[in-house]
Amino acid sequence: MEHYISLILKAVFVENMALAFFLGMCTFLAISKKIEAATGLGIAVIVVLTITVPVNNLLYNGILREGALGWAGLPNVDLSFLGLLSYIGVIAALIQIMEMIMDKYIPTLYAALGVFLPLITVNCAILGASLFMVERDYTFGESVVYGFGAGLGWALAIIALAGIREKLKYSDVPEGLRGLGITFITVGLMSLGFMSFSGISL
Amino acid sequence: MADSSAKQVLFEPIFSNNPIALQILGICSALAVTTSMNVTLVMCAAVTAVTAFSNLAVSLVRTQIPGSIRIIVQMTIIASLVIVVDQLLKAYAYEISKQLSVFVGLIITNCIVMGRAEGFAMKNGPWLSFLDGIGNGLGYSVMLIFVAFFRELLGAGSLFGVTIMPVVNEGGWYIPNGMLLLPPSAFFIIGLAIWGLRAWKPEQVEEEDFKMSRHTVKEAF
Repeated sequence: MEHYISLILKAVFVENMALAFFLGMCTFLAISKKIEAATGLGIAVIVVLTITVPVNNLLYNGILREGALGWAGLPNVDLSFLGLLSYIGVIAALIQIMEMIMDKYIPTLYAALGVFLPLITVNCAILGASLFMVERDYTFGESVVYGFGAGLGWALAIIALAGIREKLKYSDVPEGLRGLGITFITVGLMSLGFMSFSGISL
Repeated sequence: MADSSAKQVLFEPIFSNNPIALQILGICSALAVTTSMNVTLVMCAAVTAVTAFSNLAVSLVRTQIPGSIRIIVQMTIIASLVIVVDQLLKAYAYEISKQLSVFVGLIITNCIVMGRAEGFAMKNGPWLSFLDGIGNGLGYSVMLIFVAFFRELLGAGSLFGVTIMPVVNEGGWYIPNGMLLLPPSAFFIIGLAIWGLRAWKPEQVEEEDFKMSRHTVKEAF
């Protein structure tokens, strides 16, 4: 249990997807003007990550990994080079399915998150989490926890940035720095703040 | 006319319509790989190649793709190209591919590639799309190399791993600025670069959300 708690803390604070690895930056900068939108996107990312990382983990360990096809009489086959293609396929397909299920059974949630789901397909945080999971060789349980933690960290970062930007629009920013420029510098300062967690060893 | 428009397509994205500074595309995988020039150059070459060839391929099949599944088709083309790049790097530049780790794979979700495929290649012929891919790849590279130049020079006192300013630890005179090797510095450098670019080309400045009223000091007496 302790192992899982430390994994989740590490994913949220020490290895924050957005602020330590710069993943999902495009949507991070584009959708962080309003807190409501940022919260919606953040929740969508948590949900999608918690589902896709474990599914990709099963796919990797069950089919792609070297020797994983031993049960089919092909012990020497190494399909790991197909990884990238299959992970992105799984992500795109799962998001499509989630969209349909939500539309049918939870329309209120769909109304709130619907517009963000297609955006998430091309969010590098989603694919990045799957790739980190493969690189670090997580087990199935770990991958569930890691997916959730990584999503939570990303959501936390985007909601915090949206909060700052809502205040920032009332401030007098030099002309050339207005908009994107000052946002970059703000994110830099936030990232500097999050670095204080990096001293924590769990 | 055709000649000048090809030139325009190629050079426009470098400064006037830079993918990173103006279109907010492809920042995702860009920042983490800019600590040293070597790694950055490999990354830039990879992204430029993938953008150019995916634009070419998407443009070639653009009339055959049904609109509803075009995203999946584009994704498949891009992912296949990235796999080729990834395997090539593993074969010929293993050290660098280890340093890039997951970021090669993340070229798939790099918004530049998708954005250009969707925004340009779906509407234009193969040759122009190919040039547009190279142009946007170069625009991305210019920004990345700019960032990497400062980070490596000021953070480690070297360029391409060759010592330019000998650091104190090795008996030199330069005290390296360790912060530039850490992630936040990339944001600062890009923020300042955007400021510089917009000071040079003022038409890129964004509109204010709120107009400031003039600052007036009431006389106290």
